[in-house]
Amino acid sequence: MATIDTRASGLTKQEPLWKRYVPGHHWRTQDDEFDAAKIGIWLFLATEVLLFSGMFCAYAVFRMLYPEAIAAGSGYLDWRFGGINTVVLLISSFTIAMAIRNVQLNQQKWATINLSITWLCAAGFLAIKFIFEYGPKWAEGKRIGNLFSYPYASTDHEHIWWSIYYMATGVHAAHVLIGMGLIAWLIYRQRKGAYGPTHYTMMEGVGLYWHIVDLVWIFLFPLLYLVH
Amino acid sequence: MTTVDRALDHAHDDHHDVPYLTGKGGPIATVWDWMTTVDHKKIGVMYLFTVLFMFFLGGVAALMLRIELFEPTRQTAAGITGAAFAGGEGSSVGGVGKFYNTVMTLHGAIMVFMFIVPGIPASLGNFFLPLQLGAKDVAFPRLNLASWYVYVFGSFFGVYVILTGGIDTGWTFYTPYSTSTEGQPQVVAMILAVFILGFSSIFTGLNFIVTVHKLRAPGMGWFDMPLFIWAIYATSIIQVLATPVIGVTFLLMLFERLFQIGIFDPGLGGDPVLYQHFFWFYSHPVVYVMILPAMGIISEVLAVHSRKRLFGYRAIAFSSLAIAAVSFLVWGHHMFTSQGELAATIFSALTFLVAIPTAVKVFNWIATLYKGSIALTTPMLYALQFLFLFSIGGLTGLPLGALSTDLHLHDSYFVVAHFHYVMFGGTVIAFLAGIHHWWPKMFGRMYNEFWAKIASGLVFVGFNVTFFTQFFLGTQGMPRRYASYVDEFTTLHQISTVGSFVLALGFVVHLFVFIHSLIVGERAGQNPWGGLTLEWETDPIPLEHNFRHEPIVKHGPYDFESVVPPGCDEKDFPLPPQDEVRTVH
Repeated sequence: MATIDTRASGLTKQEPLWKRYVPGHHWRTQDDEFDAAKIGIWLFLATEVLLFSGMFCAYAVFRMLYPEAIAAGSGYLDWRFGGINTVVLLISSFTIAMAIRNVQLNQQKWATINLSITWLCAAGFLAIKFIFEYGPKWAEGKRIGNLFSYPYASTDHEHIWWSIYYMATGVHAAHVLIGMGLIAWLIYRQRKGAYGPTHYTMMEGVGLYWHIVDLVWIFLFPLLYLVH
Repeated sequence: MTTVDRALDHAHDDHHDVPYLTGKGGPIATVWDWMTTVDHKKIGVMYLFTVLFMFFLGGVAALMLRIELFEPTRQTAAGITGAAFAGGEGSSVGGVGKFYNTVMTLHGAIMVFMFIVPGIPASLGNFFLPLQLGAKDVAFPRLNLASWYVYVFGSFFGVYVILTGGIDTGWTFYTPYSTSTEGQPQVVAMILAVFILGFSSIFTGLNFIVTVHKLRAPGMGWFDMPLFIWAIYATSIIQVLATPVIGVTFLLMLFERLFQIGIFDPGLGGDPVLYQHFFWFYSHPVVYVMILPAMGIISEVLAVHSRKRLFGYRAIAFSSLAIAAVSFLVWGHHMFTSQGELAATIFSALTFLVAIPTAVKVFNWIATLYKGSIALTTPMLYALQFLFLFSIGGLTGLPLGALSTDLHLHDSYFVVAHFHYVMFGGTVIAFLAGIHHWWPKMFGRMYNEFWAKIASGLVFVGFNVTFFTQFFLGTQGMPRRYASYVDEFTTLHQISTVGSFVLALGFVVHLFVFIHSLIVGERAGQNPWGGLTLEWETDPIPLEHNFRHEPIVKHGPYDFESVVPPGCDEKDFPLPPQDEVRTVH
């Protein structure tokens, strides 16, 4: 499987990688392999939704148990940073969708540009998150669990708010970081000519993953920043 | 996308046309080949051995518990095991109780997370799902290998916990005990182990779902699939949809333990009942991950070894999906005492729903046997044991699902006996049926039928003696999880302990039968039982690419009355006169 079988398509090494792609030995057609990969990714996205559903569930329960702590905690967040980050992620979702369209049309240069913008948006999201949000809050003692040392907390259970905040946004940030790694890999492979009109499975998969990362944030943003 | 069709058998190098068990040159090359293989058959066999090793570890822990429980207090146990069980009387935590709790936790955690959840799907499922579909491999072969490595990596943490003294939280890790008990590295390691094992479970389940959708042989529609595949398919749906929830639960638990984030710990304002909801939202559906593949095996074994078309094929197929669906609605019956009355009533009512698809299966299996040509081989013996034991397990679940009786029976040995009848009498017995049924195909050799039957008899007697007594213990008030008990329970406990050693003896005999078969067993041939599903169309030991030619499905998986089994002589498997055959399909 690892070796490229040029006999099957009769193409030589001068052709780009995507034209020479041969599906795994157990597939009847390349379309079958593509469809299978897509079903696999969608199932994986379902597991992601369920993973985050635990956080949302915890949020709902503690909002009910300690509404004043959640309201106070939410008040510490600046909606402007959250808003900017939402816009940044939405742009990145658009550009990665465009990049997939670009490889489908074999516009390789535009694909590189769009993928790069996506990567930069992801980096920007994390930069804003760490420099303007995590950093100052951590310095004030608004920390997770037993590290919490903020002296001016107005309610008893404020540390739970911070636990939920850091767990939910932290796990999300980890997903963004993994996404950056995947997108960097896509750029590297795409520059080598691995993706084109007949083969872009990896692009499609990472694209779907990136959309779910975006979508989770779309729910986190109003729940954490906007609702008091 | 344009379609690039390829000739199916193009460019197959000769080295793929050898049996998958054939070594690759020297021993190092062979080991390296196995460690890097993406062949679902080899991965299935590797899973089989690792899973059985974990069963051995969990079983040793179980025997230690039974030795300890031989007497109300621990003189004998202390004599056998040395200082471990000795200690001050009556102390529940710390001292002697601590060791008992540790062994009990290891038994539960290993058996649940490292044996019975991955057990059948990852071993027999991995080996036979692609074969029964007529595929060359699972959809994502490398993900499959990754799943095995992740499983081993996760189990490594579990073994680390055993070697460094264990944990005493119980396999449910209920807060606040699990967030406050001593042994920080061990508790963290065990939580991490379960978290990691979850990925392995998701990988396998996801892989199987896609394989069933995309890799069925030409001519195989959904209702031409063997019922084992339907069962594995339903199992995989649960694995994919339930496991992420235990993932996030144990992630939060990990941080609770390391940073006291206060989500589950009531001392910090957290909600321990939220933990219970999260835990059982995974752990109840996962009970059906344990039993559904077992039901799939029973469907196969009963049909093949009674040479009879399965009665109610569609009813059995749909009941698997129904069980998977209902499994997500009943988690609250583990928490009758920690929730409101209305919620408990609703969960109780929903729990009874499970009985419907389960009973549909049992009745269909029994109807299959009617007028069948029953061969009492070891797999068939185990399948019949399953019908008997699983029915006891299922029916004793009803008083536990009813609120009024559960009030008396919960947290007693009745519960212990009930779930062992389902998990052991159901899953392990079916696993044994499946191993014997498919052993000739996996290793190309027959096992010794006489000694296998002796072993199966020992397992059956040992199991019933061990666990039937526990129904009496439970109804008389013996609580579960206790290291000591009052004197009047002594006789029943002693019978139970004796039974557990008969059971262990049965497994030792099985072990020798398997080793004997691997070394000097008679060559099995292509199709020793006369099965009609596609795995019996492969060579005696399947080739690396499974089939010599891609199979085309022309008959149903259970058309015994009209099809001569592949690789068999009509003399050995005579067909009934065709005018008597009802043409139902």
